[in-house]
Amino acid sequence: MGRLWAMIVKEMWAVLRDPKARIVLVAPPLVQLFVFAYATTLDVKHVDLGLLDRSSGVHSSELVSRIAGSPYFRHIVRFENFGELRKAVDLQKVHAALVIDEDFDAKLTRGESATIGLVLDGRRSNASQIVNGYVSRIAGEMGLELLSPQMQAAAGGSVVTNWFNPTLSYFWFTLPSLVALITSVSGLALTSQSVARERELGTFDQLMVSPLRIHEILIGKMVPPLIIGMLNGSLYLVIAPVFFGVPFTGSVLLFFPALFMYMLTVIGIGMFISALSQTQQQAFLGMFLAAVPLIILSGYATPIDNMPGWLQVVTYADPARYFILIVQGLFLKAMPASVVLSQLWPLFVIACVTLTAAAWLFRARME
Amino acid sequence: MAGPAAPDCVASASGIAKAFGPGVRALDGVDIEILPGKVTGLVGPDGAGKTTLIRILAGLMAPDAGTVAILGGAPSERLDDIGYMPQRFGLYEDLTVRENLTLYAQLRGLPGDEHEAVFARLYQFTDLGSFQDRLAGNLSGGMKQKLGLACALVRTPRVLLLDEPGVGVDPISRRELWAMVGELTAQGIGVLWSTAYLDEAEMCDEACLLSSGKLVFSGLPSDLTRRVDGRVIRVTGFAERRRMALTEALDRPDVIDGTIQGRAIRLLIREGAPVPDAATLGMGTDTLVEPAHPRFEDGFIEQLGGGPRGTSALAASYREIPASDEPAIEAQGLTKRFGDFTAAGDIRFTVPRGEIFGLLGPNGAGKSTTFKMLCGLLSPSDGTGAVAGHDLRHAAATARASLGYMAQKFSLYGDLSVRQNLDFFSGAYNLSRARARQAIERMVEIFDLGDKLGLNAGMLPLGFKQRLALACAVMHEPPVLFLDEPTSGVYPVMRREFWMHINGLVQKGVTVLVTTHFMDEAEYCDRVTLIYRAEQIATGTPDALKAQAAALGHLADPTMEDAFIALIEEQDRRHAREEAA
Repeated sequence: MGRLWAMIVKEMWAVLRDPKARIVLVAPPLVQLFVFAYATTLDVKHVDLGLLDRSSGVHSSELVSRIAGSPYFRHIVRFENFGELRKAVDLQKVHAALVIDEDFDAKLTRGESATIGLVLDGRRSNASQIVNGYVSRIAGEMGLELLSPQMQAAAGGSVVTNWFNPTLSYFWFTLPSLVALITSVSGLALTSQSVARERELGTFDQLMVSPLRIHEILIGKMVPPLIIGMLNGSLYLVIAPVFFGVPFTGSVLLFFPALFMYMLTVIGIGMFISALSQTQQQAFLGMFLAAVPLIILSGYATPIDNMPGWLQVVTYADPARYFILIVQGLFLKAMPASVVLSQLWPLFVIACVTLTAAAWLFRARME
Repeated sequence: MAGPAAPDCVASASGIAKAFGPGVRALDGVDIEILPGKVTGLVGPDGAGKTTLIRILAGLMAPDAGTVAILGGAPSERLDDIGYMPQRFGLYEDLTVRENLTLYAQLRGLPGDEHEAVFARLYQFTDLGSFQDRLAGNLSGGMKQKLGLACALVRTPRVLLLDEPGVGVDPISRRELWAMVGELTAQGIGVLWSTAYLDEAEMCDEACLLSSGKLVFSGLPSDLTRRVDGRVIRVTGFAERRRMALTEALDRPDVIDGTIQGRAIRLLIREGAPVPDAATLGMGTDTLVEPAHPRFEDGFIEQLGGGPRGTSALAASYREIPASDEPAIEAQGLTKRFGDFTAAGDIRFTVPRGEIFGLLGPNGAGKSTTFKMLCGLLSPSDGTGAVAGHDLRHAAATARASLGYMAQKFSLYGDLSVRQNLDFFSGAYNLSRARARQAIERMVEIFDLGDKLGLNAGMLPLGFKQRLALACAVMHEPPVLFLDEPTSGVYPVMRREFWMHINGLVQKGVTVLVTTHFMDEAEYCDRVTLIYRAEQIATGTPDALKAQAAALGHLADPTMEDAFIALIEEQDRRHAREEAA
C-alpha cells in the first residue's frame, strides 16, 4: 500500500509540476469550451440575400420586407440583372438570391398562384438547405394569408412543439456532449504521456528496477488522470447550467458512475498508446490518432443514423457513443436509471478490454 | 584582431564571457588559441562550459564579451574554413552513411563532380566504406563519431572543432579517432578536441583546462603534471585491505588525494609536506612505497584544492550487511537473444558479499544486456541469475527490493523537487513512515542537501544530482548496488567523493556491480569480466588482466586501457584464426 501511495503521489506531482502537463490540464478544456460552444454552431444566421425583383409591385415588396424583417437575414442586396446576381453568388457576396418574375404581382392580383425563384449556393449545401427552409416558410405563410378565409381554414397547418429543447437552442445540444469531449481529450493526453515521458527522460529503467509491482505502476499512473478527468467533468456539470442555462434534469448519482466508467475506457486507450510510444512526440501523435475517430464516431457532430451501415457497426466500439447518450439524456430528459444502465454495461465491457490491452502491452514492452 | 594572439594561430578567442540568464555564467573571461598542426585539448568536467566555447568559436553563438578570430576574421566570414562536429544531433540517424555524407557535401557546397573522390578518401580514412548503406542510427558509438568526423571533413577545413568526440566511444575506437586526428594535424589543420576525460589531456599538444566557466590552466600538459612531480606515490603490500588503507591514507593531513589502482593505492602528497615512507604510513611491515608517474588529473585535483577525506559518513551510518556464504550476485549461463542475434551468451560469474565486480567491454558488446538481466530489466532467454539469494525469474520483485540502482544518465524526476524525489523512492522501496523520515534526514545531512530540498532536481548542479541519485539508491540500505557508468564525465572531486562512499559501503559488506568503459572506474573493482561480442573473454582481478595483457602484447607496465585493448585484439585474432580454419 505504501508503494502504491508513493507512486500515486509521485504521478500527481509529475502532472502538476511539469509545465507541459499543466498546459494539458488547462488549455484543452478552455479551448474546447470556446471552440465547441461558439464556433461549431450549426445555426444559420446573418444571411445576406440577393434580390432580383422584376415585378416591383405591392406583393413583391411585401415578401421582401417580410424576409428582411426575419431575424435570420442581415442584408438584402438588390441586383439589376441576372449577370450581377450570378457574379455575387459566385464570389459568395450573398448566400442565396431571390428572383421575382415580372408577372408575380399581376398573377397574385388576378388570384392565380405565383412562383418565386431561389438561387442557392450548392458549395454550402447545409447552409443553403436551411436558407431554403427559411424563405419557403416565409413565402408559404404569405401565400396562406392571401387566400380567402374559407380556404385558409381548409388548408389547416401544423403546430410544432420541440420536446427536451423547447427553443431548439444549439447550446442545449452541444454543451452536454462537451463533458464527454473534454474528459476524453484531457484523459487521453495525460495518460498517453505518462509512460512515454519516463521512457524519453530515462527514468523508466529506474522505475522498473524498484520493487514496485507492475499493477502498482499502472494504477499509480492511472489515478491522476482519473481524478483530473472527474474534476473536469464535474466542472462542466456546473458550467453548463450556470453559464449557458442548460438544465440538468437527471440524477447526479447516475452521472458520476457513468463518468467514472467512461474515464476508465479512455485511460485504458491512453495507457495503450503510451506503452507503445518511445517518445512524448509519438505519444502525442498517437493521442490524435485515437481522439479524432473517438469524437467523430460518437455521434456528437453528425448523427450515427446517417453513417453507412458498416460504419454504424464500428461506432459500437466507441465508448464516447454511449457516454454522450448518457450525458445528453441526463441533462435534457431526466434519463432513468434503467436506461443509463443499458448504456453503462457496454462501457464496462470496453473498459475491461482497453485496460487489459494496456496492461498486456505494458508488460510486453517492458524490455 | 584583439589580444596577444600568436601570429600563426588559426583561431583565437580572448576574454570570452557568456551568461545564460542572470547568475548562470557559462564562461567567464576565457582565452584560447588553436595552433595549426596541433591538437589543443579543451578539458573539463561536464558543465564546465566546453560546448558553449566551441559554439562561440564556430560562430553559432555570440559571446557577451570578448573577441573571436578565425584566421584573422570573424567566424561568420570563415565558415568554409571551419569544420565543426557537434556532440550529438550532428548526424541524421534515419539517413544512411552515404546520405549523411552527401547531405553535408551539399550543405558545404562541394561541387557534385568532386563528391565521389572526396567520399572515397573519407571512406578510406574512416574505414566506413563497407557500411555505406547502413543507417547512421544503427552504427556503434565509435562509428558514429567517425562518420561525424567525416561529415566535418567533406571540405578540408583549416580549423577543426570537435565537441567531445570521445563520449560513448570504447577505448579501441577512441584510439582510432586519435590516430585519425593525428593524420589531420600532420596536414597542418588546427584541431580543438574537447573532453571530459582528463587522461585525454595528456595526449594533446596544448591543453586548456576549464572549470566552472573559468580557465584554470593553459599550456603544455606536462607543465601541469610537473607541478605535482615527485609528490605522487604508489603504495603496495597490504594485500586484502586496500580500501581500508586508502581510507586511512586519505584521512592523513599530508595526503590530498588518493585512488585505488588494482592492488595498489596511489596518493598525492600536499605541497611542502615530506613524502611519507612505509614506516610513516604505518600500514604494516610489507608496505612498499614507490614514486609514481604524475598525471594531468593529479594536477587538476591539486588546483581544485584536493579531494575529499577518506571516511564516508554514509558508510558510517549504514547497517552492517550480515555475512553469508551465499554469493551476493550470481550469473549462471545468462543468455539473451533478440531473434537470431545473441546479445549476451552464457555469462557466468559469482560475486561474494563485500566485493566490487566490474563489467567491461566496448559498446554493444553485451555488458549492458548482462547488467540489465541481473537487475531485472530484461528477462534472460536462458540461464539464471540471483541477487542477494533471490532468483530473478521467480522472485524478481524481492530481488529488486534488495538492490540499489544508479545510472550514468541522471534518471531521477527532474520536475520533482529534491524532497519529492526522496519521498518517492523511500515509498517505492516500502520504507515505513518513521524509517523513511529517518532515512531522508540522514541523506540530507550526509549529502548536504538541506538548502536544496525545494529545488527541482533537474535544476541542481551536476555534482548534487550525482549525490541525490546515490542518496535515492541507498536510502533503503540495500545489500547490493548496481552502478551503470556512475561517474562518467563527472567532476574529478565529485568522482573521488562518490568512490569514497562506495569504498566505505563495501567495507560494510555491500556488494557492487558496476558497468563501465571508463578505465578509472575499472581500477576500483576487485574483479572484472571483459565482455566482447556477447562473450566473456577474460575474468579476473584488474592486475591479473593487466598481467595477461602484458604477456600477450609484451608490454612493460600496461594500464587498464592497454589491457582492455590487448585482450580484445587477441580475441579478434583468435576469431580470425577460427574463421580461417
